[in-house]
This record gives sequence, C-alpha cells and structure tokens, in this order.
Amino acid sequence: MNVDIIFKIAAIGILVTVLNMVLVSSDRKEQAMMVTLVGLVVVLMMVISMVSNLFNAVKTMFQLY
Amino acid sequence: MSIFQIVMFAIIAAILVITIKSERPEIAMLISLAAGVSILIFVISKISTVISVFNQLTSRTNIDMIYLNNILKIIGIAYITEFGTQICKDVGEGNLASKVELAGKIFILIEAIPIILALLNVVVSIMP
Repeated sequence: MNVDIIFKIAAIGILVTVLNMVLVSSDRKEQAMMVTLVGLVVVLMMVISMVSNLFNAVKTMFQLY
Repeated sequence: MSIFQIVMFAIIAAILVITIKSERPEIAMLISLAAGVSILIFVISKISTVISVFNQLTSRTNIDMIYLNNILKIIGIAYITEFGTQICKDVGEGNLASKVELAGKIFILIEAIPIILALLNVVVSIMP
C-alpha cells in the first residue's frame, strides 16, 4: 500500500499546472501545450505499469489465460 | 495492514483528485485510477488465501475440479470487468462502461457453458 505513487502523480500534475500558467502568461501557448502532453505521458507510463502488474496478478490468481 | 489503512489511502487519493480536478482533469482521473489499482493489487493477495481454502474443500469432497476452475475464471472476469466499468463511469463515459459490461457478460457466459451442459446432462438422466 505505497502511498508515494499517488503523491508523485499529484506532484507531476501540480508541476504541469504551474508550468502551464507560467508559459501562458509569457504568451508561449504552444510550449504550454507541450508541457501538458509531456506531463500526461509521464503519468500514463507510471499508471500503465501499475495496471499491467494488476492484470498479471489477476491472470496468475484466477488462471485466466 | 488493515482496512483502516485502505480507507485512509482512499481518502488521501480522493483529496488529491479534488485538488487537481479543476486544472488537470485527466491527471486527476489517472490519480484515481492509480489508487484503485493499488488497492486492488493489495486485495488480490488476500483473495489467494480464500481460493486455497476453496481448493482444499473441493478436493476433500471430491467435487470435479473442472467446475472450480471455471468458477474461478468467472470470478476473475467479473473482477476485471467491474474494474473497467467503474473507471469508464468515473470519467463519464457511460457508453463505454455498458459496452465493457456487455463484453464481460459474454465472456462469463462462454466460461459457464460447460457447467450448463453438465447440469442439462444430470437433468436428462433424472428424467424418466
């Protein structure tokens, strides 16, 4: 029950939001969009690895092949 | 590890989701997904003890092991289908949720066919 994962994801989310605001205020909208996408991809990679762990656990547990 | 920590974990995750939902709804959804996955991973280890007791019971009372495997598969399919359906509903995709549920029902039906056939054979053999 490692709580740090969701704190990490929340930190990335807040960081992306702040960076977005900074970039938008210095009228670089396209870079703000890029930062949002990068943040989303990083978080997606973490979550997808967790989901694959869950699915492997369920496969071995319930003999679902 | 007990239910208290799970509830605390869920409350913390809910608070984080709310704080981020206004600016970044997609990352908020990913936080709730990650929290759900980690709780499920934790609970799965508890299910294994139940399954092993289930196995011992059936082996002692010489019920066919085939049906037990099917039942376990059906439980697994239902487990994952419900997980996916809730995620889609959270995001507001009722349409996707119902499609996933339909697919889950079909897969469960496929798994249940041998059991249904066995039941029919018994019924037919009982008929005069």
